Amino acid sequence: MRNIWVIIKKQLADTIKNKPVLIQFVMYPVLTLIMENAVTIPDMPELFFTKLFSVMYMGMAPLTSVASIISEEKEKNTLRVLMMANVKPGEYLAGVGLYTWILCMAGAGVMATGFSAYQIPFYLAVMAIGFIISIAIGACIGVFASNQMTASSLFVPVMLVFSFVPMLAMFNDKIEKCARIFYTQQLREMLDLMTFDGLKIETPVVILINAILAITLFFIAFKRKGLE
Amino acid sequence: MIKAKGICKSFADKKVITGVDLDIKPGMIFGLLGPSGAGKTSLIRIITGQLVFESGEISVFGKPVSELSGEDKRQIGIMMDDHGVYDRLSCIENLKIFADIYGVPRSRIKTALAQVGLADASKKPAMKLSKGMRTRLQLARVLMISPRLLFLDEPTSGLDPMTMKYVHKLILEQKANGCTVFLTTHNMEEASCLCDEVALLNEGKIIDRGAPGEICRKYNHQKKVNIHLKSGEDLELEHGASSSGKIAELMAQGQIETIHSSEPTLETVFIELTGRKLESEEEIRYA
Ligand SMILES: Nc1ncnc2c1ncn2[C@@H]1O[C@H](COP(=O)(O)OP(=O)(O)OP(=O)(O)O)[C@@H](O)[C@H]1O
Ligand SMILES: [Mg+2]
Repeated sequence: MRNIWVIIKKQLADTIKNKPVLIQFVMYPVLTLIMENAVTIPDMPELFFTKLFSVMYMGMAPLTSVASIISEEKEKNTLRVLMMANVKPGEYLAGVGLYTWILCMAGAGVMATGFSAYQIPFYLAVMAIGFIISIAIGACIGVFASNQMTASSLFVPVMLVFSFVPMLAMFNDKIEKCARIFYTQQLREMLDLMTFDGLKIETPVVILINAILAITLFFIAFKRKGLE
Repeated sequence: MIKAKGICKSFADKKVITGVDLDIKPGMIFGLLGPSGAGKTSLIRIITGQLVFESGEISVFGKPVSELSGEDKRQIGIMMDDHGVYDRLSCIENLKIFADIYGVPRSRIKTALAQVGLADASKKPAMKLSKGMRTRLQLARVLMISPRLLFLDEPTSGLDPMTMKYVHKLILEQKANGCTVFLTTHNMEEASCLCDEVALLNEGKIIDRGAPGEICRKYNHQKKVNIHLKSGEDLELEHGASSSGKIAELMAQGQIETIHSSEPTLETVFIELTGRKLESEEEIRYA
């Protein structure tokens, strides 16, 4: 337990100094605040930018930061030092995962300011689920790749698919049909409804399958590669 | 402290360690010497449980490595040549992480940094440190936990003579505190002045072992006298009665600039045993 907390503290100390990861966490919340307050287009759906950016945030920030944190520690051989200090792989991964989740939730908290109070719990719950799945996918890539180069060549396409396809789906029916197999698209639809009423059964099923796939893939990668 | 019997390890088909036995007593500095690629790092990784091995037995603190408790592991400091530090974090922040993991009081961080001479650089991010400073930071990380057993993989490679002396002093201090030290090096001089016992490792086999002085004396059959003449010429004569006439003559003529008897060093012993140089030829070749 103590080691998980040590890892979280280490990451917090590193966040301010690690610009690329910091930008990941801050960019969409800040963009949301700016766009929601500065841009008004007639007939635009309510909180259009908030919902758009939320989905991108969900598919991008946790995935890329977890993958780059893990692969950087492998590349620079600091992970080995942690393992030698008797930090268990599970503790390390839990630390990095929790840290990312907390920071993303803080970002989501900022993005939630546009909603009315009664909608906020629903919004945060949707975001929380999305973050967890993205973190699992990021961890999968981080565990699989042995250095940052490999990690980014893997996470860039994956991240693009999960975060941009739901946006493209708004403009194209064919893409929309394909996008329905992704958790980000389904979570996006939940954000459009903003309620559990009228939710298609397809939505929780797809999200669950995505989650199971991500977690299974993670365990396969972990079994094959460990944290070496 | 460490006992090993018949350790063997191969990577793919290549045998890296073949039948190594070790018996390291508490409180001593043990040096593992060998050229690059001899298997020094591999041996440390095997003893510290980072690498699985095929056959043989190893015990540390009297227990098989796999049965060491968390408490035991907390008393083992390991510094490998390929271990990293957190580049963006300062020296203090780097040490804080490990102070927390090992549960040592934060107050030790300052002491450890002062010990390795990094007090002034304590707020500098690790990426701005020189190579020697980085090594010392890594050393501070293991010294901070006051280990009972310390593994140092080439703690002084690539350091300037001053820093090297400094690191030697730190290692001797650890010994004075009752810590057992296992170090690897390809620097003979270092081994001679630091270690209570050395083992010469070549191609995965220990070819000789003992106190450094003892090993040198054992191979003391090729004693020579080196004379540098005022004319600039160098002479190498047998260290014995047969040379006495010649030396007396040169001495009488006042031709001698310097005269030394040469005892074998660990370096020459190693060359004699293996036909290989220690300070690896590869390094010179690739330089
Ligand atoms: N992970 C690995 N996979 C395959 N071969 C390896 C691996 N690690 C080491 N070796 C091989 O084992 C041999 C011994 O390597 P080792 O790193 O133990 O040497 P060393 O004595 O520490 O050398 P140096 O002084 O250069 O650090 C080398 O021939 C190396 O190629
Ligand atoms: Mg080595």
